[in-house]
Parts: sequence; C-alpha cells; structure tokens
Amino acid sequence: MSTTIEIKNIFRQFGQHTVLSDVNLAVEPGELLALLGPSGSGKTTLLRLIAGLDFPDAGLIKFDKDDALGRKPKERGVGFVFQHYALFRHMTVFENVAFALRVRRAPKAEVKSRVDALLKLIQLETLAGRYPAQLSGGQRQRVALARALAIQPRVLLLDEPFGALDAVVRRDLRRWLRNLHEEMNITTLFVTHDQEEAFELADRVVIMNGGKIIQQGTPIGIYRAPADAFVHEFLGESNKFPCLIKSGMVHAVQDGEPGFPIGTAAAPNGAATAYIRPHHVLIRPNARAGWTVSRVTSTGAQARVNVTLGGITAESIVTADSILESGLAEGEAVDVTFTGGTLFDANGKNPIKISALKPSLAQLGTGTR
Amino acid sequence: MAVSTQPIEAYLVNKPAREKPFPWGPALLITTALGFMALFLVLPLLIVFSEALSAGLAEYLAALDDPNVFSAIWITLIIAAIAVPANVVFGVIAAWCIARFEFSGRNLLITLIDLPFSISPVIAGLLEVLLFGLNGLLGPWLGNHNIQIIFALPGMVLATTFVTFPFVAREIIPLAQEQGNDEEEAAVTLGASGFQIFWRVSLPKLRWGLLYGVLLCNARAMGEFGAVSVVSGKIYGLTDTLSLAVESLYDSYEIQAAFAVASLLAMLALVTLVLKAALEWRHRDELHAVRRKKAAT
Repeated sequence: MSTTIEIKNIFRQFGQHTVLSDVNLAVEPGELLALLGPSGSGKTTLLRLIAGLDFPDAGLIKFDKDDALGRKPKERGVGFVFQHYALFRHMTVFENVAFALRVRRAPKAEVKSRVDALLKLIQLETLAGRYPAQLSGGQRQRVALARALAIQPRVLLLDEPFGALDAVVRRDLRRWLRNLHEEMNITTLFVTHDQEEAFELADRVVIMNGGKIIQQGTPIGIYRAPADAFVHEFLGESNKFPCLIKSGMVHAVQDGEPGFPIGTAAAPNGAATAYIRPHHVLIRPNARAGWTVSRVTSTGAQARVNVTLGGITAESIVTADSILESGLAEGEAVDVTFTGGTLFDANGKNPIKISALKPSLAQLGTGTR
Repeated sequence: MAVSTQPIEAYLVNKPAREKPFPWGPALLITTALGFMALFLVLPLLIVFSEALSAGLAEYLAALDDPNVFSAIWITLIIAAIAVPANVVFGVIAAWCIARFEFSGRNLLITLIDLPFSISPVIAGLLEVLLFGLNGLLGPWLGNHNIQIIFALPGMVLATTFVTFPFVAREIIPLAQEQGNDEEEAAVTLGASGFQIFWRVSLPKLRWGLLYGVLLCNARAMGEFGAVSVVSGKIYGLTDTLSLAVESLYDSYEIQAAFAVASLLAMLALVTLVLKAALEWRHRDELHAVRRKKAAT
C-alpha cells in the first residue's frame, strides 16, 4: 500500500553553487527516514525536489516506478510540513486543514467530516475557530501536519519539524509523531540537523554534507561505524588525537614523538587521527598515575572530566554519581584507559576500529612513567 | 501553629516615593497633541459645516440643488470609480512581481512607483497637456481621430490615476515582501492551481493593506485638485469635479454655496472613515490575531 521512493543521480545547482551532487537514495514503503546534516548540506533542497517545489538539473525521482518529475506537485500526492509551518494566517484552523479539500471542490459535508476527523487526530477540535497567530508553536505544528494529511498523501515530507519548538514540547511531539507514523504507515522523510531527533525518531538515517549523501543506515549502525571523520564529529562529541601507528600499536603524538598508547588497530604503520568518544575514556584514581584531572563540570546526570598528560587533554563523560562516590577532584592523579575509538587517515576517510588495550598493559603504559 | 492577627498594613513596606522630575509631562504632551488636532483638523471641519449652514438649512439644500453640482458629484464619482480600481489592479500586480521575483529593473520599478509623490500635481497635469494637448506630442494624431482627452473626462481620469498611483502599491508592497512566499508554496503542495492560490491565499493575505490603500487612494482621487484643474479646462457644469466646483463658486463670491459643496467632500471623507472603522470592527478577531503575530515576530 505504501509508496517507495527512488532517487537517482540527482544534481541541483543554484548559479555557480552546487547544492546537490549525484544523490542516490531508495526509501522503503512505510519507512520513517531522517535526512540529517548541517545547514547548507542540501537536505531541504532534496525535500523540495521530491515535493515538486523545485526541479533537479539532472536525475530521476520515482514513486513506485512512476516518474514523479513528470508530474505537477498536486499530482504527486506529497504532504509537506514547512519549517515555519506556513499556515494561512488569514484562515482559521478549520479552514487551514480544509484548504486542500476546498480547492478540490469537495462537498461541504465531506469537508466537515474529514476536517473534524483530522482535528480530532491532532487533538485540537476545540481550537477549530482560532487563527494561527492565536496558537502555541506546538499547536501550529500539529495544524500544519493535519493540513498536509488532508490530501491523504502517499509521501509525507517534514522540513525541520521541531526546529522552532522548546525542548519539552519537542520531546512530546516527537513521540506523538512516531506513534502517528506507526498508525498511518505513510512513507515519511524528515529533515533535521539534530542528531538526537534523527536517532530517536527514524528507522533509518541518511547523513548529508556538502550536497552529498555521506552515509546511510540504522541509527546505531551509523553511530558505531561512522564512514568518515565528519560523521563521527557530527554525531556527537569526539576527542581527536594525532597518532602514530607502529606494528599495530596506536600511540598519541606527543612533542612529535610516539607518546602514550591508545590501543591496537589493524592499521599500517604511519600517521593517522584517532577519534574517541568521551564515554570511551575511562578514568580511575591512582596516585602513581601520570594523568591529572584539570577540570570537573556537572551537567545534571552526567559529569565531564578533563584530564591532561604532557600537554594533551582528553574529555571523559561519567555519571555524576560516580564522581560523588569517588570524590574525584581537580588536580588529582588518575589512570586513563581508552575502551574504543576509530582511526581516520589525513583526509578523514578509511575508518579503522581501535581495540582497547588489556588493562594491565594500559596501566604499564601510563602508570610507570 | 500561631496565626498572625496583624492587619495587612503591618506587612507593607514603605515604598520610596517615585521620583518625578517633571510631573506634568504626560499631561502637557497629551494636551499639545489634542490641541493641535483640534486646531488643524476639527476646527476647519466645523467651519466648513457652519459656513455651509450659515444661511440656514433651506439655503444649504438650495445651493446643492443645482444641475452643475450634480454633474460635479457625478464626475467626481466616475473618476474615482475608474482610477481606484485601476490602481488596485496595478498595485497588486506590482506587489506580486516585486515580492515573488528577482528581476532586473526591480529597484527601478520601486522607485518609479514613488514618482507621483515627488512630482507636483500641477506638473503632472501639465505633462498630460504636453502629451495629449492639441499642440502636444500625440495631439495631432488624437485630433485626426476625433479623440478628446484634454479638457474632457479621459484626461481627468488619467491625471487622477497618475497622482494616486502610489497609494495602493506603496501600502501592499512592503506587506507582500514581509510575508514572503511560504504560504503560496504550501498551497502548491496542497494542490491549488495558480488562480486558486492568487484568490485564496495571496490576495486575502494582503487584504488589510489593500483596504487601507484603497481608502487612501479613494480619498485622494475624490479630493484631487491640482492635476485635474490643469487638464479639465474647468468648464463649469461639464468638466468640474467637486473640488473644482468649490473653487469656481468661491471665485464667483458664492461663499455659502462653495462651503455647501465643500461639506459634501468632507462628508465623503467621513463616510470613508466610518467604513474603515466598521470593517475593522467586523473583522476584529482576525485583525487582532494578525497584529499579535506581527508583534510577536
């Protein structure tokens, strides 16, 4: 029942500026897919091409084997929720939702029953007579969604759907949208620059940068195995250490020399950069150890601990409770172990996993200095 | 638990007296503003009506019961009925173009729209005489084809349209630019045709700006004197508008009649104001909502 979308070799230029360059993507029926990327990565442009608000310079877009580019926007059956909602300001909530039915000259009774059903779905029946300006951000968002659903779309596109909302409303709406998607099972694409939002909501995440698709996969798959350094950095905080690899051992570069060991990796000898998530930096108080705690800050449930050794600083994230229990304070000496990480070459490509050193080795590496 | 029985006053803190360096300031400003209004707006209006009625109601009605006055009313209304819709059509098209598209000459167009504001209406009238008059650029051709523009209704309509040109456009262009294109795009995705988008989204979006523009344009079209005076030839009873009739009557020492006709113009202005207030009252919900949105962004 649901629609597949096939996007092939899409190019789009605005003047001299290439916005999309050879984009290929297949969207499964009923899938909830996130286009994730920084601003200017071309994700909104891709959405507009699918909706027919813009046209590619080259390439193909198919809905269920049917050439979508040959069809006008109104014939594509695409529901679009705009970033700033774009509600009709001179119409009430009811008339906004009814718009698509009115322009199709649907009978009055049908309009009434369909719109009432949609308002019930978004839980705004009581506000049918309000104007958009009289609604909160979250309410406007829901009206925009109901308006897009009124055409019974094959494909639903959402451009930064939660961008303009505060944190609590955002979280509630996310869950609500997820449930709604499970109920209606419409093929849905949404654009976001918020990694957490993409991961929580989407079945599959497509990461874009500079007009290209860099990586696609399940949230956990991408997070575990980022395709390049950009993805690694975009998906969360990273410690970056220039490294030298000598017969499978990864050493951080200190004063141009191989310094403290980070782990082992199946990588050729030479230089690389290690990317390590803060939660892969383990710290343990040890009076004889070489690392020093330079800063401790708490962000509620978690605490960030900065540790330094020979001019290199690493950031670790631990639970705030564990800091309280161990009484870790600034200036204290600690052991540091790296439990994971990824190596990238000078161009930020060719990811290679770093495996943790055995604890005893790690202690030897730092503790005996 | 002991419940305090002290009177509330016991808990109040003594507030330091707020410093008022100039306690009569607000009152003075308000009085000045109101005094100014009274002197320059209300007083002249009262004088117009009191002079018009100075010889009694019968004389007042007699002054208006004149075929020449009827003709002036008629011509004034015809001119407004042509010039205002023409400028509405032009203003909406201009706003649509300027807000939607980037094209070369866009800034020139915006500047040109303001031109009638900076040119004296008399010059505007003169330009038309130079263009369409018997010895003008197009005069001989028009004469050969028996088309009379100058000293006739077409010239007066053209002159009025020129002078009132910016009123509608100036009101809605900034509005259209500020509102952007999002709602139109939403309408496209919802399956509306270009025609439907224009009538159901673009035009209604602009309707309050359009209303003010139309009211201003209409007021000016009915009251226009300079440009019309040059092109009309002032043939009493034939090419006189209400404002031209006021002058002719005044010049021929029919003071009371002049004021009687002037009172008609004043009443047209008052009707316009009442109409605007009534529309605002009828759509107060929507207007309130739109204004609040504006304040919030």
